[in-house]
Amino acid sequence: MTHLIQGETGDWEVVIGLEVHAQAITKSKLFSGAPTTFGAGPNENVSLVDAAMPGMLPVINEMAIEQAVRTGLGLRAAINKYSVFERKNYFYADLPQGYQISQYQHPVVGEGTVTLDLADGSTRDVGIERLHLEQDAGKSIHDQDPKRSMIDLNRAGVVLMEIVSKPDIRSPEEAGAYLRKLRAILRYLGTCDGNMEEGSMRADVNVSVRPKGADELRTRVEVKNVNSVRFVMQAIEVEAERQVGVWEDGGEVVQETRLFDPNKGETRAMRTKEFAHDYRYFPDPDLLPVRFDDDFIERIKATLPELPDEKKNRFINDMGLSAYDAGVLVADRETATYFEEAADGRDAKTVANWLTTNLFGALNKLGKDIGESPVSAGHLGELVGLIKDETISTKIAKDVFEEMLKTSKAPGDIVEEKGLKQITDTGAIEAIVDQVIADNPDQAADVRGGNDKAIGWFVGQVMKASQGKANPGQVNGLLRSKLLG
Amino acid sequence: MSDLRDWTIATASDAMEKGEVSSVELTDAFIAAMEAGRTLNAFITETPELARERAAASDERRKNGDARGPMDGIPIGMKDLFCTEGVKTTAASHILDNFVPTYESTVSGNLRDAGAVMLGKTNLDEFAMGSANITSYFGSVKNPWTPEGANANLVPGGSSGGSVAAVSGGLAIAATGTDTGGSIRQPASFTGLVGMKPTYGRCSRWGTVAFASSLDQAGPLTRTVEDAAIMLQAMASHDPKDSTSLPMVLPDCRAACTRDAKGLRVGIPKEYTLDGMPEEIQKLWNQGAQWFKEMGAEIVEVSLPHTKYALPTYYIVAPAEASSNLARYDGVRYGFRKDGASLDEMYELTRGEGFGAEVQRRVLIGTYVLSAGYYDAYYVKAQQVRTLIAEDFKKIFADVDVLLTPTAPSAAFAEGDKMDDPIAMYLNDVFTVPASLAGLPAISVPGGVDKDGLPLGLQLITGVCQEETLFRAASALEMAAGFEARP
Amino acid sequence: MSLTKDDVRKIAFLARIRVPDERLEPLAGELNNIVGWVEQLGEVNTDGVAPMTSVVETETPMREDVVTDGGVQDKVLANAPDGEGAFYGVPKVVE
Ligand SMILES: [Mg+2]
Ligand SMILES: [Zn+2]
Repeated sequence: MTHLIQGETGDWEVVIGLEVHAQAITKSKLFSGAPTTFGAGPNENVSLVDAAMPGMLPVINEMAIEQAVRTGLGLRAAINKYSVFERKNYFYADLPQGYQISQYQHPVVGEGTVTLDLADGSTRDVGIERLHLEQDAGKSIHDQDPKRSMIDLNRAGVVLMEIVSKPDIRSPEEAGAYLRKLRAILRYLGTCDGNMEEGSMRADVNVSVRPKGADELRTRVEVKNVNSVRFVMQAIEVEAERQVGVWEDGGEVVQETRLFDPNKGETRAMRTKEFAHDYRYFPDPDLLPVRFDDDFIERIKATLPELPDEKKNRFINDMGLSAYDAGVLVADRETATYFEEAADGRDAKTVANWLTTNLFGALNKLGKDIGESPVSAGHLGELVGLIKDETISTKIAKDVFEEMLKTSKAPGDIVEEKGLKQITDTGAIEAIVDQVIADNPDQAADVRGGNDKAIGWFVGQVMKASQGKANPGQVNGLLRSKLLG
Repeated sequence: MSDLRDWTIATASDAMEKGEVSSVELTDAFIAAMEAGRTLNAFITETPELARERAAASDERRKNGDARGPMDGIPIGMKDLFCTEGVKTTAASHILDNFVPTYESTVSGNLRDAGAVMLGKTNLDEFAMGSANITSYFGSVKNPWTPEGANANLVPGGSSGGSVAAVSGGLAIAATGTDTGGSIRQPASFTGLVGMKPTYGRCSRWGTVAFASSLDQAGPLTRTVEDAAIMLQAMASHDPKDSTSLPMVLPDCRAACTRDAKGLRVGIPKEYTLDGMPEEIQKLWNQGAQWFKEMGAEIVEVSLPHTKYALPTYYIVAPAEASSNLARYDGVRYGFRKDGASLDEMYELTRGEGFGAEVQRRVLIGTYVLSAGYYDAYYVKAQQVRTLIAEDFKKIFADVDVLLTPTAPSAAFAEGDKMDDPIAMYLNDVFTVPASLAGLPAISVPGGVDKDGLPLGLQLITGVCQEETLFRAASALEMAAGFEARP
Repeated sequence: MSLTKDDVRKIAFLARIRVPDERLEPLAGELNNIVGWVEQLGEVNTDGVAPMTSVVETETPMREDVVTDGGVQDKVLANAPDGEGAFYGVPKVVE
C-alpha cells in the first residue's frame, strides 16, 4: 500500500518514524514514592524528590524496570541486562531538576518488531529501534493568568517508556495501524493503559518526504506531542504536503520541531527554538547502572499473556477464522477475551460473524464498548448454539438478539417466554403449507404452470403464517413436493 | 569552665557520664564562645535556642539512664550544606536566600538522633567550591591561627572553613564537614585538627546540598582521632534513600584506635613529591615515615603513576556534575529569584546574580566539557583517567595497608594570596583529590608546625572500606606526633 | 582549543547565567586557562579503558512499587518565591 503525494514535479514518498511516550502502569513514580494517579489537585502528587529540593536523590522503582522489560518482550525486542540512566540537561519551568533522568547510550530495551495488521488483511513489519525509561515532566498551564504560567508537578517523575520506531512507516494509515497495534500490545501486557486523552500515550512524529524511488532520506521534522491516532494521521498528511510544497518551490525543509494544530489543520514551528538545545547527556552520578540477570527476565517472561499476533495465528489456524476477522478480534484484549468466551464450545466462525457484524454494529449505535455490552459473551454463545441446534432460525435469532440488547436476558429464556421455538414437526408444518396453498389457488397454478421462482413467495407466506417459527428448509421441501412433485 | 579547647567528645562524654558537667552547662559555655568568636565568621546561622533545648533533652535522657552513646549532649557545628528542618540552609550562596528546609538530611538527622547538640550552621565556600573559604556569600572565614610575630589574617582552608574555625577556635567540640576533593582534610591540616573522609557511600548524601555527586562525602572534623571515630560512627549509615549508599555496617572504628601500628605496611607514594614543595612539608612527611618505622611498621616506597593527572581529572568531573546539580537553583521553587520579562530572562538574572564568581566559573566549565563536540574529549576522557587512578590505588593496596602523604602542599596562607589565579588555588587539593576520585577513606592528622608556628597535617589513605586500618594507623600517628600546639 | 567571547556567550546561555558583555572577554581568558590546563589529560593513553561509572561497586538498589510519599503540598510550596493557589508561578511561557 504505497501512499504517494502527487506534487507538481512528480510523486513523493513519505517516510515516518514515531517516538511514542507511553506511561508505564506503576503505583508510584520512577524515582520517588509519590502516587501516579490521574486527577489529583495541583502539586498534591509531588514528593520533595519530584520538586528537586536541595539534596533530594532518586531511587529506582523496580516495577518500572519490570514493565519496560515486559514491554520489550512483547515487542520481540532485545533486552539489555546492563542499562544506564543519564541526565538530559535543559531548562524549563516544569522540569524541576534542570535535567530529565532518561536513558541514552544504554537503553533497557534494544531492537524489536511490531507487525501491522492492515485494512486489506495483509501485514507489514515495522522495526523498533529501542525502548528507554525516563521521567515525565510537570505541566505548565498558560491560560490561568495573563502574565504568568502556572506549574503543576503532579506528572513530574511519572514513569514513561519512550518507544522509538525505525523510519519504516510509509503512510498515515500505517502510522495509525502502528499506534493501534502498539497500544493493543501494551494493553495486553498491562504495561500502559493506552489512554491518549489522559496523556498516557503521546506521540512525536518524525516526518520527511523524498521523490518516489529515491534512496536517501531528506531532512526530517519532528511534530511533537500529538495526542490521538486521528491527529497523528492528520498531522502526517498536512506536514508531508507542506514539505513537498517547500521542496517543489525550490526551498529547503529545515530540521525543527513543530506543533500540530488540529483546529487549523496545520503544523507550525515552535517558538522555543531547537538550536538552543545541547542536552549534555552524561550518566547520572546519583544512580548506579541497572543490572539484572536472566532469571529476572525469565520470571517476567513467565507472566506474559498470549499476545495479539500469537492469538491471531491461533484464531486462523485452530479456529478457522479469516485473517481479517482474526485481526479485528485480537485488536484489543477485551474483544479477544469476549470472543473466546462466546466461542467456547460453539462454531467459532458463526460467533465471529455475530460479533463483528451484529454486536459491533449495535454497540456502535449505543456508543458503548465491549466491556459495557448488554449482551454477555456467554449469552451470545448460547444464541449461536440455539441456531446450530435448530431451536431457532437465523431470522428469529435476529429478533432474539434485539431483545437481548434491550433486556440482557438469556436467549433461551427469551425464546421460551415468547414461544419462538422453531417448528420442526413435519405434520404441523404440512398443515400450514396445505392451508396456504388452499388459500392461494391462482398463485399455486402459476407455480405449477412452470414459474419456479414464485415458490419463494409461498415460502414467505408460510413463514409469515408460522410467525417465522417454521423451519425454512422443511417449508421449502414440502412446498416443492406439493407444487412441483 | 576551663579552656573550651580542652574538651573532646570523649572527655566531655565521660564528664557528663560522671555527672561532672551537664550538657546544658557545656552548651551554654559554647554558645557564649560562639557569640564571642563572631569575628571568625565561623557560623552563618546560630541556633542557640535549639541547642539549649536539645541539651536539656540530653540531660533529661542521661538522668533517666537513656543516654544514647558518646555523642549525646555534645555541642557541635553543622556545615551549612546539610539541610536542617526548620533551620535556614544556605550552602553559603545568595541563591538559597531564606531557604528553610522542611526536612532533615540523613547525616544531621543521625547526629541529632545520637543526641548531638547543634550550635548552628557553619560557614563554607559557596556550594563547597573552594579551598580557602573566601567564596562564601556571607563573607570569608578567619583562621584562628596566626603566624608567629605577624598579624596577617590567614584562611582556614576550605570548603569546610567555618567548621574548622569553630572547632580550632574553641566554639564547638566538633563539627561536620563535607569533602569533594579535600574539603575536610585540607582545612583540618590548616587548623591543626583531625579531618576524616570515609569511603564513598558510608555517609548518606540524602539531604545534603550536592556539589559533585560521585565525589561528595560527609565526615567529621575533630580534635582527636578517637573523636573522629566516635563522630563518624554516628554520622554513617546505610540509607535506602541514597542509591549510592553502601549497604553495610561501619566496623567499630573507635576500637581500632586502641591498636598499635606494629606490622602495618605503610606506603610512601613517590609521585607525591612535588617540585617547589616547602621543605618543612617534606621534612614532616619524612618524620611521619620515621615515626611509623619506630612503631614497628614497615615503610615501602610505592608508585601511583597517574597521580599528576588527578587534579585536572577532578577539575573536569566535579564541575561537570556541579553544572547539572546546580541547575535546580532556578528561582522557581525556592530561594532567590530575580524577575525577568521571560522565563529565560528570569533564569539568567536569577542565576547571574544568585551565584558568585567561582560557582559561575565552575558551572560554565562544567557546561562546556559536557557540551556537544567536547563530551568525549573532556568528560569521557577524564572518567577513563579516573578509572586508571582508581586502579593504581587498587594495585598498591594489594601490597600495602595504608599510604602516608602530606595533606596539603602548604600551611594556611594569607587572605589575598592565590586569589587571582584559580589554578594556583586548585593546587591546594593536589594531595587530597586522588583518594576522592577513587572513593577511598582518608584522614588528615596534625603532624607538627612550620617555622611560623602554623599547623601542618599528614594524610593517611587506605583501600575501600578499610576504615579500621585507617583509624588504627591514624591514632598511632597521632600518638607519635604528640601535637599540642594551639592557635 | 580556545574559547572565544562568542563561545562563552553560548555556554553562559546554556547554563542560564547572565554574563555582562564586559565580562565575556576576561571570562574567556579564565576559562581558557583552566581548559588549557586540563588538556594535559590528552597525554594519558586510555585506549580500551572503561570510563568510571561509580567508585564503589555495589548492586543497584531498587524500591518496591508502593506509594510512600506525596500529599505534602505545604512542604512542596513552603519556600516558593511565587506559590499562589498551590501552583508555582513563572513568567508567562509562549510555546
Ligand atoms: Mg523524543
Ligand atoms: Zn522522551
